Amino acid sequence: MTSHSHDHDHDDHDDHDHHHDNHFSEMQARVKALETVLTQKGLIDPAAIDAIVDTYETKIGPRNGAHVVAKAWSDPDFADWLGRDATAAIASLGYTGRQGEHMRAVFNTPETHNLVVCTLCSCYPWAVLGLPPVWYKAPPYRSRAVIDPRGVLEEFGVTLPDAKKIRVWDSTAELRYIVIPERPAGTEDLGQEALADLVTRDSMIGTGLAITAGGTR
Amino acid sequence: MNGAQDLGGQHGMGPVAPEKDEPYFHAEWEKRALGLTLSCGAFGAWTIDESRHARESLPPATYLSASYYEIWTRALETLLKRHGFVSAAELAAGQMLEKGREPKRILTADMVPGVLAKGGPCDRPVSAGPVFAAGDRVHTKNFNPETHTRLPRYARAKTGIVEAVQGSFVFPDDNAHGKGENPQWVYTVVFDGGEIWGEGADPSLTVSIDAWESYLERA
Repeated sequence: MTSHSHDHDHDDHDDHDHHHDNHFSEMQARVKALETVLTQKGLIDPAAIDAIVDTYETKIGPRNGAHVVAKAWSDPDFADWLGRDATAAIASLGYTGRQGEHMRAVFNTPETHNLVVCTLCSCYPWAVLGLPPVWYKAPPYRSRAVIDPRGVLEEFGVTLPDAKKIRVWDSTAELRYIVIPERPAGTEDLGQEALADLVTRDSMIGTGLAITAGGTR
Repeated sequence: MNGAQDLGGQHGMGPVAPEKDEPYFHAEWEKRALGLTLSCGAFGAWTIDESRHARESLPPATYLSASYYEIWTRALETLLKRHGFVSAAELAAGQMLEKGREPKRILTADMVPGVLAKGGPCDRPVSAGPVFAAGDRVHTKNFNPETHTRLPRYARAKTGIVEAVQGSFVFPDDNAHGKGENPQWVYTVVFDGGEIWGEGADPSLTVSIDAWESYLERA
C-alpha cells in the first residue's frame, strides 16, 4: 500500500470517530496534537503508525506463543532447546524482534507454577504474546503478583493446590519470559494445531492454565 | 528512583479485573500513541532506559491514575521536548511553530517490518568473566538513588541464590542518564517469599529478579 492511501485511510478513520463521539477526550486531543505537530515537522510518517498498529492487531499475537507451546509439548527435542536457548528455539519458528530479543521459557511442572510480572514497568514478550493486556500494565497486578500470587490467580479463576510451589518472575532486566503450561491430560492424540488451541494467552503469562481437552477457557 | 512505578508489594491498588476477550486497543488514540512512541523511539535520540525513566518520573498521582498508553504519551512529550524536537508551545498549539532538531532516522512505513523484526538487542560483550555462579548466595544492595534503577525496593538488602548467569547487558542505571552503556553481567536471583515479605509470607512462594552484577555482593 502506498503512503498516500495510508494517509487517506487514517483521515477517514478519525472523521469516523469524531462523528460517533461528538467530542475528543483529553487524551484523544493530546495525542492528535502530538501527531499533528510531528507530522507537520516531517518527523513521523503516519503510514508507519498504521503499519505498526496493523502488525500488532493482525500479525503478532498470542497465537505465536501458542505455536511455541504446542511444539514444545509435541517435540521433546524442541522443548529441550527451548529450555536451553529460548531465543534461538523461538526464532526457528519465525518469531523474533522487538520485545522478544532475549527470551526465556519457564516450564510449569506438577510441583511448580510459574507467574510472570513486571513490577517496575510493562515488560512483556511481544514477539510471542503481542501487546500486553491493560491489567498486566496496571498497578493492581504489578503490586500484588509478587506478594499475593494466589490471591491474584483466584481473580483469574485459578486455584492452585496448597502444596504447589509458586515461582514469580519479575522481569526487571531485558529478559522476556514465556510460561510453558502443563500439557493437559487426555491430549495424547492431538496434533500441534489442536494443541495450540488449548493454549491461552494467560496460560503463557501464568495467570491461567491450558484448556483441558474438550473444555473451555 | 523510588517513584510510583516501583509497585511490587504495595497495597490498596484494588482487584486485577481481567477483561474477557479484551481488545488490543480501547480507543483510537491508543493506537496512535503506540505508533508515535515507536516511531519517535526510532529517531535514535534516546534509549529505552531513558524512556523508562521519563515514564517513572511522572508525578505519582498522574502515574497511578493513567493508563499505560497515557503514561507513554506523557513521557514521549517530555522526551521530545528534552531533545529539542518539539516545544511546549507547539504541543499546546497542536501546530508546528518552529523548525526543530533533525533526527538521525525517520521511520517510514516501508521500514516498519524490518525495524520490528530486528528489535533492539541490548546484550553486549564484557571483558571480565562473571563474578558469581549459579548456586552462589548473594546479598542485594541497599540504596535509594533518585536516578533510574532496575532493583525494585522490595528486593533491596535481601539474601537470595543465583540461579543462572544470563549474559552481559547494557546497565540501565547509567544508560538512562547518558552515562554510557557500561554493560555488566546479569543474574537471575531467587528469594524465598519469607526473606522478602517476612511474617505471614506465602510459604510456597519464591520470587526472582534479574539483577545486574553491581546490585549484588557475596553473602
